[in-house]
Amino acid sequence: MAGLTAARRRLRPTAWSEAWVAGAFVTPAALVILLIVAYPLVRALWLSVHDVVLTRPGEAPFVALANYARELASPDFWAAVQRSLVFTVVSTAIELVLGIALAVLMDQPLRLRWLLRSLVILPWALPTIVNALMWRWIDNAEYGALNALLTQTGLIGSYQQWLSNPSTAMWMVIVADAWKMTPLVAILVLAALQGINREQIEAARVDGAGVVSTFRYVVLPLLTPTLLIVLVLRTMEAFKVFDIIWIMTNGGPANETQSIAIYAYQTAYRAYDFGRGSALGYLIALAIMLLAAVYLRVLGRVGRS
Amino acid sequence: MGPTARRRLRRLLRATVLYGCMLVAFVAILAPFAWLLISSVARPVDLLAKPLSFIPSEISFDRYAALTIGANPDSAAEGFRAAMLNSLTIATAVTGIALVVGVPAAYAFARLRFPGRSRLVLIFMATYMLPPIALVIPLYQIMSGLDLLDTTMALIIIYSSFVTPFVIWIMRGYIEGISPELDDAARVDGCSRLGALIRVILPVSAPGLVSTGLLSFLLAWDEFFYALVMTQTNAAKTVPVALNDFIGRHGIDFGLLAAGGVIAAIPPVLIAFVFQRYLVAGLTAGGVKG
Repeated sequence: MAGLTAARRRLRPTAWSEAWVAGAFVTPAALVILLIVAYPLVRALWLSVHDVVLTRPGEAPFVALANYARELASPDFWAAVQRSLVFTVVSTAIELVLGIALAVLMDQPLRLRWLLRSLVILPWALPTIVNALMWRWIDNAEYGALNALLTQTGLIGSYQQWLSNPSTAMWMVIVADAWKMTPLVAILVLAALQGINREQIEAARVDGAGVVSTFRYVVLPLLTPTLLIVLVLRTMEAFKVFDIIWIMTNGGPANETQSIAIYAYQTAYRAYDFGRGSALGYLIALAIMLLAAVYLRVLGRVGRS
Repeated sequence: MGPTARRRLRRLLRATVLYGCMLVAFVAILAPFAWLLISSVARPVDLLAKPLSFIPSEISFDRYAALTIGANPDSAAEGFRAAMLNSLTIATAVTGIALVVGVPAAYAFARLRFPGRSRLVLIFMATYMLPPIALVIPLYQIMSGLDLLDTTMALIIIYSSFVTPFVIWIMRGYIEGISPELDDAARVDGCSRLGALIRVILPVSAPGLVSTGLLSFLLAWDEFFYALVMTQTNAAKTVPVALNDFIGRHGIDFGLLAAGGVIAAIPPVLIAFVFQRYLVAGLTAGGVKG
């Protein structure tokens, strides 16, 4: 061992040679990532300060921040932001609460626990598009299984237009999203639970703490880092949601499920307004980066304490 | 009632509640998917009946045959077959590229000290978080300029840009978990850094590579937004786009939609069940170490 340490000391490369090796190792990835991302980012910035509408080819006058100003003054933009926020907060909250509950359940010494643990990966593995199609079909107004189930058991009187009723559409999308993503939260939380030292829990129980207070004061604090990371990933994903809504409702009815990403897509590809579409893309990216920065700071603080 | 009886009652109550919750979890997980499966094999008469009978009177696998191996495919089946092939090509190529360029970078971030390291990691992660909507318009113009619109190549290039940071993120966590003594020993034996990476780190991190590769494949298989914008014909449409087309063209044939959905779900669901252990390890490595 001593020989190895000595050899390692002799090996300790100069900072320069290590930097060269690192450069060689990182460059291919940097090329792939940065070329495909950096140039479009610059180009999008250019587009966002010009008036570029595809139906008027050849003209692209510089308009400074007019595209941004127009969006920030538009009620449609803020309505879409609000819908994205509702989707993000509600779906993330449901996924966290149910995910923790499911993880705790899978952590109990129960028969068939192995089966639940392996089946739980199914919703997560289902492609987003298939999940959305499945729920679109379940929620169908005329032939859907949900309507059939609820009327045939007498819970509702008549078939409901779940996805074309403005007051229920968003909730149905949230249910579909929660069905797919709750298992991921449960899998991550279960892994964290299994990493907790059982003796700590035993000690709390011996000291007379009940199940609930043991969970609240012993387990939950130990889960905090995992939960925070799950929270970060889920909110950022949810805020840019497009696929599941696009397949289930196309942003309808009456724009009631039009998230900010769908609003931007429709601005860019229905109105062919690439200038405004790019400005919207930048605004969304900025919001997400801001969110990431706040989270990084919070995570850093938790990690240190 | 004595204390023993009370304890037994309590244990019984606890078991009832827990198994009750478990039953709810099983039903919640399985019922929607079971209905998708049933819909894909039930006759239209049964699917459109009111009141609906959840157990179909007879089942047939005609739709699966029509979409996959049936002779004389109609335009829907033809499109779906082409899309399966495109999706497989794209997801495989993207996984390969992302692993080849991502793993050395992950090694560098985990093991080597060089100026700007932590900043570069942050930049890479930030690109992964960028919403596609912010990049799609310029990418569309670039692909159009390069004459790559509606090709699988365009999607391979674009997907590589967000799967690579994902690979770096997870593999960095894996490699950091491997004892540095191992590569030092290899280097004492005269290996270069690249040699240490190939001969020591790669074999030791094989489970990590498998899970990262599988997760990368799933990411590419699942992608919808870029594919929706960049593809027009069977030459490049992927499975998610083909399924999206089904809604428009076969809005009423729910059974066909369900069958298409099940087929599209087979590769990822198979991967998930067969490699569950690896996947969970990969997810937690990426999710927890960040």
